[in-house]
Amino acid sequence: MQRHLDEELKELHKDILKMGVMVQEEIYKSVEALKDRERQKAQEVISADSRIDELELVIDEKCIDLIARYQPMAGDLRFITTGMKINAELERIADIAVDISQRVLELVDKPLLKPLVDIPKLSAIAQRMVAEAIDAFVNKDAELAKNVVLSDSEADKLKDSVQDELINDYLAKDAKTADRAVPLLLICRYLERICDHATNIAEDVIYMVQAKVVRHHPEQLK
Amino acid sequence: MSKIITKSLNLWYGDFQALENINSSFSEKKITAIIGPSGCGKSTLLRVFNRMNDLVEGVRVKGEVLIGGENIVSTEADLVGLRKKVGMVFQRPNPFPLSVCENIVFGPKIHGIIKTREQMEGLVEESLKSVLLWDELKDRLDKPALRLSLEQKQRLCIARLIAVKPDILLMDEPCSSLDPQATGRIEELMRELKNNYTIIIVTHNMQQAARISDDTGFMLLGELVEFGRTENIFTAPQDKRTEDYITGRYG
Repeated sequence: MQRHLDEELKELHKDILKMGVMVQEEIYKSVEALKDRERQKAQEVISADSRIDELELVIDEKCIDLIARYQPMAGDLRFITTGMKINAELERIADIAVDISQRVLELVDKPLLKPLVDIPKLSAIAQRMVAEAIDAFVNKDAELAKNVVLSDSEADKLKDSVQDELINDYLAKDAKTADRAVPLLLICRYLERICDHATNIAEDVIYMVQAKVVRHHPEQLK
Repeated sequence: MSKIITKSLNLWYGDFQALENINSSFSEKKITAIIGPSGCGKSTLLRVFNRMNDLVEGVRVKGEVLIGGENIVSTEADLVGLRKKVGMVFQRPNPFPLSVCENIVFGPKIHGIIKTREQMEGLVEESLKSVLLWDELKDRLDKPALRLSLEQKQRLCIARLIAVKPDILLMDEPCSSLDPQATGRIEELMRELKNNYTIIIVTHNMQQAARISDDTGFMLLGELVEFGRTENIFTAPQDKRTEDYITGRYG
């Protein structure tokens, strides 16, 4: 039986997907701004954030409205509550893209501390994890979501090694590198946080699809 | 602990099989909701528990229903004792065309529970208090019960059951003729009552089942499709038919 709720859920699905696409674009741009040392791109990311904030509010309101009007149950309830959580995670990721862009603005006028090798690698992992987490949501793919959760440790390891390098090879040896090393350290940390948010989204997707809580219960992933 | 256990319970009305191989266990001092589309057998199942179906011609039952270890569907079961132990509240409140007080003492008199006037007065007060009607009606005990509001009538019917000291309360759509406020108050009463009684409620109102019950069973075409903790049934049902029903895709 076709329900009116199905139409509304389709709309919600579209909105979350749109939010996902916008957020991915902002991460991409902020990382490109870093690689290309482009002030303009970084500023674009900062000014795009308000549109994402607006969409977050719209999606949130839609979810609350659907709960109030339809009192959804079972799969519908899991979809809507997961949608709300994913919405919040995506908005946080967009905020992090803004943080990266602000650090880029601090760096653009200064000479490069070192050639960027691992940071682009870490950013590639972060972008891949976000893209896959959104794909998993769109396609209700719990397997893909599980892969996202499992790849988080790869990001953690890479972040640790970049941090060690920046601290031991630059900051510890020459305090004057701080104004260039600290923004890079922070960017590293930001990228790793994006991976954490992607992991949260993936965990939410697993709950949505399989009604299984894996958040804080990694043993449930098996 | 289980209060009612059904084992391979089958029931036919003539050629029509209304219950199919029901295996279930209803917990003591909990509220269990039975949900399902019209004609799925939920009221029939409820009526098995106090043998109300015996009144239907051509009814045939196979299997076991154990209450306190006794198989109540066997031909030797003590029906008077059973109906004292297992009371029932119906969709439309049906007080006797007697006074409020007489409604309460009708059953206890038959069962010989009360012998003196003091006992009677004590029981009327206790029963009306347990359904939160005492303050409203203590000065109108001799008034006709049929003049009460619908909600008061339904509360009186519950008080009338409680007066014979049952263990189990069966409720067949007890709020369907009440407005939302009265429904809310009856639900509050049910929460109070479950401290002392095992309650089984049949309801079409899914939100009501979700709100008040501890366990929920979903029935379809005479079959108990799924039975479990209410929070699990309404957030993560295991059977697709349950999911389809509670999300309004079916029925």
